[in-house]
Amino acid sequence: MTDPVHAGIQAAIDDNDVVLFMKGTASMPQCGFSSRVAGILTYMGVTYKDVNVLMDDALREGIKSFSDWPTIPQLYVKGEFVGGCDIVTEMTLSGELDQLLETSGVAFDKDAAAKIREANG
Amino acid sequence: MAMAASDIEHLIKEALPDAKVEISDLAGDGDHYAATVVSEQFRGKNRVQQHQMVYAALKGRMGGELHALALQTSAPE
Repeated sequence: MTDPVHAGIQAAIDDNDVVLFMKGTASMPQCGFSSRVAGILTYMGVTYKDVNVLMDDALREGIKSFSDWPTIPQLYVKGEFVGGCDIVTEMTLSGELDQLLETSGVAFDKDAAAKIREANG
Repeated sequence: MAMAASDIEHLIKEALPDAKVEISDLAGDGDHYAATVVSEQFRGKNRVQQHQMVYAALKGRMGGELHALALQTSAPE
């Protein structure tokens, strides 16, 4: 019998191209790491579903066993787990996030991505 | 609840004996660290898998006792 929490997570990542499980919301992040990833996605003009794990303890724990990843935030693109704050930051600065979004057919602002890299030298 | 850098290094090396580990304390509170881990066992694995190997080495402390660990992982050049 599938765990209902995992089933809910699966549904969210099936129904949305980009999903960010985070503490707080895109407009009101409540953790530095979540805020950074949400900020990167928003700045890059990516449409994404933000899921506030603080609203549901079962979800907050369930997401960790779902992906075998111990921390929040967690980014998913086309149903695939991409990483947490470190990995998304590294991928943004290296250009790998651009490639992933492009190959996944997710719209984003290329100039904005380039500006992030310029700003971070 | 916090962890000493030496404990983190010890746990990682227990699981990855060949690893070169550098740890810096980001906030001086024993709760926010950055670590660079280089190990041959990472070769051929993607970043998520490499980080999962380090989290496994920390035996469940990541996200609990250890609030933040900014990880940089790679196989030797």
